[in-house]
Amino acid sequence: MWYDGKQMRLDELKVGQSATVTKVNGEGALRRRVMDLGVTKGVVVTVRKTAPLGDPMELILRGYSLTVRKDDATIVEVEL
Amino acid sequence: MNSFKVKLHNVFAKKGKEKTDYITADGQTHALKIAIAGNQNSGKTTLFNALTGAVQYIGNWPGVTIEKKEGKLKSNKDVTVTDLPGIYSLSPYSPEEKVSRNYLIEEDIDAILNIVDSTNLERSLYLTTQLIEIGIPLVVCLNLTDVIKKQGHVIDTQKLSERLGVPVVCISALKGTGLKEAVDTVLAEARKKGANLFHHPDALPTDLYLQEHSGDSLFLTDELNEKVRAIEVYLKTLPIDYLHSHFFAVKLLERDGLTFDRLNLPADIKQKITALIEEIEKKYDDSGDGVVISARYTFIEALKKEVVKEAPKKVSTTEKIDRVLTHKIFALPIFIVVMFAVYYVSVTTVGTIANDFVNEGIFGSDWGLPKVISDGLTAINTADWLQSLIVDGIVAGVGAVLGFLPQMLILFFFLAILEGCGYMSRIAFILDKIFRKFGLSGKSFIPILIGTGCGVPGIMASRTVENDADRRMTIMTTTFIPCSAKLPVIALFAGAIFNNAWWVAVSVYFMGIAVILLSGLLLKKLKPFKSAQAPYITELPSYRFPSVKNVALSIWERISSFVKKAGTIILLATIFVWFTSSFGVEDGKFGMVEDAENSMLAAIGNVIKYLFYPLGFADWRSSVATVTGLIAKENIAGTLAILFNFAEEESGTWGALAASYAPLQAYSFLVFNMLCAPCFAAIGAIRREMKSAKWFWAAIGYQTLTAYFYSFVIYRIGSVFVGGLNGLDIAFTVLAFIALALYIYVIACPPDKLIWKKIDFSKR
Repeated sequence: MWYDGKQMRLDELKVGQSATVTKVNGEGALRRRVMDLGVTKGVVVTVRKTAPLGDPMELILRGYSLTVRKDDATIVEVEL
Repeated sequence: MNSFKVKLHNVFAKKGKEKTDYITADGQTHALKIAIAGNQNSGKTTLFNALTGAVQYIGNWPGVTIEKKEGKLKSNKDVTVTDLPGIYSLSPYSPEEKVSRNYLIEEDIDAILNIVDSTNLERSLYLTTQLIEIGIPLVVCLNLTDVIKKQGHVIDTQKLSERLGVPVVCISALKGTGLKEAVDTVLAEARKKGANLFHHPDALPTDLYLQEHSGDSLFLTDELNEKVRAIEVYLKTLPIDYLHSHFFAVKLLERDGLTFDRLNLPADIKQKITALIEEIEKKYDDSGDGVVISARYTFIEALKKEVVKEAPKKVSTTEKIDRVLTHKIFALPIFIVVMFAVYYVSVTTVGTIANDFVNEGIFGSDWGLPKVISDGLTAINTADWLQSLIVDGIVAGVGAVLGFLPQMLILFFFLAILEGCGYMSRIAFILDKIFRKFGLSGKSFIPILIGTGCGVPGIMASRTVENDADRRMTIMTTTFIPCSAKLPVIALFAGAIFNNAWWVAVSVYFMGIAVILLSGLLLKKLKPFKSAQAPYITELPSYRFPSVKNVALSIWERISSFVKKAGTIILLATIFVWFTSSFGVEDGKFGMVEDAENSMLAAIGNVIKYLFYPLGFADWRSSVATVTGLIAKENIAGTLAILFNFAEEESGTWGALAASYAPLQAYSFLVFNMLCAPCFAAIGAIRREMKSAKWFWAAIGYQTLTAYFYSFVIYRIGSVFVGGLNGLDIAFTVLAFIALALYIYVIACPPDKLIWKKIDFSKR
């Protein structure tokens, strides 16, 4: 690619999009939990769907399915 | 540490001899202790049950096990096996995860059985890398390898074992394969603990010690390992357990608060360690834990590439099912249909057919047990009072409860399927946004659904709610959903008074949910419940076909505890109710009474009844039944059966009930008893989970007030439509409208705009 990927937040991804995690912001227990569950720098995350009312979102990463509220997903930066 | 040394001594004293335990200096046997650790929902309890023959509760959602459970190994009773709540890492997040970490670090366990979900290898091995660092012998049990095989993936277990430096065994906890090998391996490893102890730091100079342990963490980069070793040297100067020093060193690098608290480092050492951490953080532009976590996952990614041969990807069955069950449009209607079906079928349709047979047949007065028994007793010339005790007391009371067995059986069957298949987590997922509008989390639905079986495990399941305020709120509201013990009461009233109308049972369940949601709105306005929303981040497990064995076990457990309760607490309560309602003062002397109105129980009930007058059921029988419901909710049905059986034998209990209650009174009675403080067992659970007398009383008070309010408003406002109000009733009706208006105002008005917002709730 001749340009850098588009930077955005995890919660801004649309259903079906995949992106690479570039940074996990935030602090404390939530940040720790997000990383423990495998959302770390360099991992590829795909948005499989959102719940019927648009939130939470279901992600596929490291071969499993993780659900996370969009508010909590804002701490993750990704690159398309 | 001294006991370690003693064991060490003995291990060497008896070298060469096969042992499954240590012998301590005073000749006591130290039995081996094995802990089962792994991710949530990875099959730990299934393995535990298979190893120990226990029948612990199993379900397919993250966080089923909330307490550690001990058992003895089936094949070797000297060995203790402990089942721990599931964890994703050794930095705990919710209270039940803390239980696991504390047990693994603080208890004197000899080996860890680390169960690894092989369909979810990366995330499971992430925990494994941390468990290995604790320094206790460990065996990796690859679970669900049959599923992996079916998907066409191949795992090179030999290589996996080499790279991790621990034994790896393939098992299927469900089918019971590979268990013997797992047990043999873990016992062999446990015996090696003695050898590990040989490297006690007291016995080795620092440089030699470092040499022995260079590159201890395969999972970290050389650079990080260097820092860990440096921290370990500082720790070595402190009196901490040697076996864990490596673990603690890594945790310190991760800036783990629990470890800093536990070690209580002297200021100078703390400063030096912090300097080391900061150096790393600066270099990687990430926090200490971020650096370590990334290093672990990087190691695992490489490891996975090396040991797993992946088959081409196919759309999984779980994904196909989820296309329907969590579908954008169909998910919510499907959920409502499922819930409706469960309660409608179990309480009203199939349940009633079976139930009518039991109640009107076996416990009926025409040809059933009461007649057989009473004919039998008459034939052998039993004393009148004894015959009355058996027929009018025990058979009527306990029989009224046991008669609902078929309905319970069906409800328990549905619950077992719901819990075993993996739909629970989906419900939390699709309902989260709705629940959040009411100040609750989608996760609160899991305790509620478990609560439909029994309130006690429902209240305990609230532990998976991470934040204190939300957890307390979940504990306070879970029992608003009718548990299975309330089912006899619902079914009795639905049958006797509402002619088995479909809406009775369903309305009571939906009212339970509505009251929970409204409580969320109401309580969130109070200061102690105001808190930042707890995060929602949880895995969706794969759907699994609930095994026949597990479904059968789950039904059996619940049914047998129900029958046991009927034979003990309810039997005693029944005898008490019979006695106090059969004896009293009549014609100036104490004895068995002709008219129950003259009994002791009537005397008591006639006092309590005024409490319930505003709710519309101001007769002594309902008042007494409500009170006995505190012992166990089934008692409400049992007590009513005795008291109405006594009153009017000819038309049977149902006829007598129908004659004594107007539908509105009956519904008001039902509402109060569904919502008020639960039975003693559940009250005890609330006390334990709240861990504070203040919060306990707040919960019981809130529940009772809520029940009173709803019952009052429904009865008094409903009376307007029935008509014929006068005097005091009009006053109560006006009061009901005012109370309802106030309730709506508090719920609808933004908290800081309430007229009395100046009241400081924090003083409570």
